[in-house]
Amino acid sequence: MNKREGEGWSRRNVEAAQEHDVHANPSSPIVAAFKVFQQELDTKHDKYERLVKISRDVTIESKRTIFLLHRQLIQLNYLNLFNVLCGFMMVVFRALGIQEYVEAVSFLHYIRHRSLISLEEINARLVFMRTENAPPLGAHVLTFQVTPADYLLGVADLTGELMRLCIGSVGNGDIDTPFQLSQFLRQIHDGFSYIGNTGPYEVSKKLHTLRQSLGKVEDACYTLRVRGSEIPKHMLADVFSSRTTHMDTEEGVV
Amino acid sequence: MSVTEMFSYIQGFLSADQDVREDIRKVVQNLEQTAREILTVLQSVHQPSGFKEKGQLCSLAGKHFTASVECTGGEESFEIESEFHEHWRFVLQRLAFLAAFAVYLESENLVTREEVAQILGIEVVREKGFHLDIEDFLAGVLIMASELSRLAVNSVTAGDYSRPLRISNFINELDSGFRLLNLKNDPLRKRYDGLKYDVKKIEEVVYDLSIRGLAKESESGGN
Repeated sequence: MNKREGEGWSRRNVEAAQEHDVHANPSSPIVAAFKVFQQELDTKHDKYERLVKISRDVTIESKRTIFLLHRQLIQLNYLNLFNVLCGFMMVVFRALGIQEYVEAVSFLHYIRHRSLISLEEINARLVFMRTENAPPLGAHVLTFQVTPADYLLGVADLTGELMRLCIGSVGNGDIDTPFQLSQFLRQIHDGFSYIGNTGPYEVSKKLHTLRQSLGKVEDACYTLRVRGSEIPKHMLADVFSSRTTHMDTEEGVV
Repeated sequence: MSVTEMFSYIQGFLSADQDVREDIRKVVQNLEQTAREILTVLQSVHQPSGFKEKGQLCSLAGKHFTASVECTGGEESFEIESEFHEHWRFVLQRLAFLAAFAVYLESENLVTREEVAQILGIEVVREKGFHLDIEDFLAGVLIMASELSRLAVNSVTAGDYSRPLRISNFINELDSGFRLLNLKNDPLRKRYDGLKYDVKKIEEVVYDLSIRGLAKESESGGN
């Protein structure tokens, strides 16, 4: 079976086969056309790989920022944080890790303003001026638009962080924040219920997690209300510290 | 802006998306219908009766689909394009195949991407509007390859012994062309993996012809 041999050979030595083919038919218009396709496909794949790389970077930076926010909350060192954020924001250009970015930005926004960041506010931040090695046309403005779907999914992720913030703040003896948070989370939950199934399909998956987070926060508020009067404040912190660890392990399993 | 307001604002976008999706689905349905009609016309190539006039017919059919594609191109801006690409990827590949097949029947040459785009009334460059993706184009070419392997068999049945040889040359060149590409592990790669079966089928036809001396006969007579 001559044919079969040929097949096995070509699969084993694709590189060699390429050489062979090029030498066999250097003038063929089809081969010439395919050389163009080859370049075009390679460029496309390279671009895709770069995007994947950047989006991973964005994801990592966003996650780091969120953890930084959790750690630094006690010192209220926002200004410093904002500088960190601005630094990595420049990285965000045409990236797929945009949900994590929304998550980080909206988390920061909530901590500062106690409100939900709007889509316009996010997009307004994603306008960059290209100053260094500017093209002859002068300052070039680059914009990146977060799609509504990404925004929605980012906000869904935000709720998980808010839950952690809530439990953490109880542990720190902060009584007001949990109630504020539970109210805010409820609003977001209502918002998602309003969107329902019309959104992208990931939403329903995240909605489940959102319900869990909301449940945890509401439970915490309940305990705070019921037992808050019984337990002196300094002991309350202890009660919730143990509770927090309990919550965290639960989170780990889920 | 309160949370509730924000969500109803987002909801507006989502339902707009939904509407666009619906519109695209309708256009794509039309296109699929047209593609099937063109395919039916082109299928008669496999009948024993000649195909020269069929080549003319298919360019007539081509006129038909130009109109439909144009309406897609006008409606969807290229910004949306990447987001909803999945919706029309399939039908676009079919149309690329039909265009490539029609051009091959007429000229026995490989269609260029520009030609396909022209026949379909769309663009090659993404920035200019509704465009033909290179991967969709190549997928269309690969569908054509399997159609040609069928044609090789059927043209022998019809008594045309020279065509399989020409098809064999063409497919072999196509195969070496595709081997130049660095394909990723994607749908196009899977399609390309099927090309070797087409090559094999045609080579068997050529083998059958050569061993019986029919190929020689046609070379002296046909070409």
